[in-house]
Amino acid sequence: MSILVNKDTKVIVQGFTGKEGSFHAEQCMAYGTKIVGGVTPNKGGQVHLGQPVFNTVKEAVEATGATVSMIFVPPAFVADAVMEAADAGIELAVIITEGAPVRDMQAAKAFAVKHGMMTIGPNCPGIITAEECKIGIMPGMIFKKGNVGLISKSGTLTYEGANQVVKEGFGITTAVGIGGDPIIGLSYKQLLPMFEADPETECIVMIGEIGGDLEIQAAAYIKEHITKPVVAFIAGQTAPAGKRMGHAGAIISGGAGTAAEKMAALEAAGVKVVVSPAEIGKAVAEVLSKRS
Amino acid sequence: MNIHEYQAKQIFAKYGVPTPRGIIANTPSQAMTNAQELGGKIWVVKAQIHAGGRGLGGGVKLAKSLKEVKQLASEILGMTLVTHQTGPEGKLVQKVYIEEGADIVDELYLGVVLDRAREMPVIMASTEGGMAIEDVAHDSPEKIIKVAVDPAIGFQGFHGRELAFGLGLAKEEQGKFIKFAKAVYNLYMENDAEMIEINPLIKTASGDFMALDGKMGFDDSALGRHPDIEDMRDISEEDADEREASRYGLSYISLDGEIGCMVNGAGLAMGTMDTINYMGGTPANFLDVGGSANAETVAKGFEIILKNPKVKAIFVNIFGGIVRCDRIANGILEATKITDVNVPVIVRLDGTNAPEAAEILKNANIPNIIVATDLGDGAAKSVAAAKGK
Repeated sequence: MSILVNKDTKVIVQGFTGKEGSFHAEQCMAYGTKIVGGVTPNKGGQVHLGQPVFNTVKEAVEATGATVSMIFVPPAFVADAVMEAADAGIELAVIITEGAPVRDMQAAKAFAVKHGMMTIGPNCPGIITAEECKIGIMPGMIFKKGNVGLISKSGTLTYEGANQVVKEGFGITTAVGIGGDPIIGLSYKQLLPMFEADPETECIVMIGEIGGDLEIQAAAYIKEHITKPVVAFIAGQTAPAGKRMGHAGAIISGGAGTAAEKMAALEAAGVKVVVSPAEIGKAVAEVLSKRS
Repeated sequence: MNIHEYQAKQIFAKYGVPTPRGIIANTPSQAMTNAQELGGKIWVVKAQIHAGGRGLGGGVKLAKSLKEVKQLASEILGMTLVTHQTGPEGKLVQKVYIEEGADIVDELYLGVVLDRAREMPVIMASTEGGMAIEDVAHDSPEKIIKVAVDPAIGFQGFHGRELAFGLGLAKEEQGKFIKFAKAVYNLYMENDAEMIEINPLIKTASGDFMALDGKMGFDDSALGRHPDIEDMRDISEEDADEREASRYGLSYISLDGEIGCMVNGAGLAMGTMDTINYMGGTPANFLDVGGSANAETVAKGFEIILKNPKVKAIFVNIFGGIVRCDRIANGILEATKITDVNVPVIVRLDGTNAPEAAEILKNANIPNIIVATDLGDGAAKSVAAAKGK
């Protein structure tokens, strides 16, 4: 089992024939992802990477039965692409593109929610169900199958965390990179119950960072609803206030959104919080050994 | 990107948000000429820097004669203004804004920011104008009225009424205030602003509302469609090293410590700083080399890190996904050729092409390169190296 995507998930790529889209679609296919086609306006009818290209998402969905779209279009066109996917009945859009204007994402997400489409990202590595389906840009070889679910705002910390879990002799069910922009799709609060319900997931790793209050909301949710052990790391304990640390949303503003308050809230919810990402693997091993 | 008060007021004027009249000056004599042109008997000389708290820091002064305008401008221009937002090093004042004096009856607060939890812009208003809004939020949160506006419907009458009644405005004041707030919301949306703060927003003796101050920041990702805003960029307000780094696709922020960091990915970069701190060391910077790192950008990263004389060791921590470790290894070799890397460099390369990278570094046989096996090992070795062990 896994959450959201598996070996049978049919995926299309928006921005299929572009440089980034092509490169990563090919990598995903090599991993085993069922990429059934792609969309690039005015290239409909062509065949790319052995799969059909369509002019619109609607045509692609009708012809292929795809339920998930991986989006690689340039930042200025992301909102349009997301809304097109929602309008065409896509169930989950995974938005990889970095640098989409916040106002655009606000509108696109509101529209997606209204149409019942889930989104992941933008500016994220995507989602991977180990050894089954990779929809994104993460290095697939790190993710071995196992019993740990992973949710992370940061791409490279997703790899770091997964790698340590595997080195400790465990593996991953599904890992989701949710992105660190001010407005994102699925977050901890929506993904935690999915992992709670997944019979194969026995432990959840949650990686957050400074800025916003999603981790605080997650802590409240974990306290009430999550019975599986959770290990968490919050990046940015040493980040100065008022400075944007790479991600558009990673900023301590007006004294709020600090790592300290998030760590305290998670600890109070019974989460095993580590102070360094180098401790993630060991902490997972510890909580899992206690459980069995 | 942030802009100056005088620039924010130019945008306000375009949207019909009333402000006192004012003219920007670069020299004391220009300041006096401006005051003369504005007329009146009282002027305010205001330092233009990208930071709040200018008044408390001595950067905003009242002048009662033209001579005093010139005198105050000569004092403020060229001063290093220290406020709670500039950091202890302060900021050099290069421009002063000369503004006509206003007849203040009451001071309010109005701001617009994105409410990340509700995923829509929120207008904040308070009767406690002139104070830091963070303090009001802390001491008396009930005095801040928050009204979220769904951009799908825009600013409606009920939003305005909620604000006006919340502030306890008299019937005859409501219309003017609602028009003011609506214009501010519209200019926030249309310009892709990240935040607007008008503190204080004053009520004058004639019963009008006016933006006495104005602070605006913009979404960097949207600047491409606002060339007029991009033109307002003041390079002298930005950190020179951060700016140079960004030209090479590097995201760099300088800090106080001794261990230079070069990492791929913002999260891992912060996590690396945290790990160094946890192991008893201090990070000298945040540096994310991004997804397209190559030999040139890595070499540039070294150059920027080494400009900081406090750096005693450099920790290169790369988990290669899209970034290939062999390219980073070549970048490190390149850097040692171009720049004099005279401190220990601790290198941890994991992920895509890590074995090839290890081979490259081994063959190069550079004495001050120390190889680390993982994040924890790398941080420990960096802390030890910085302490001269």
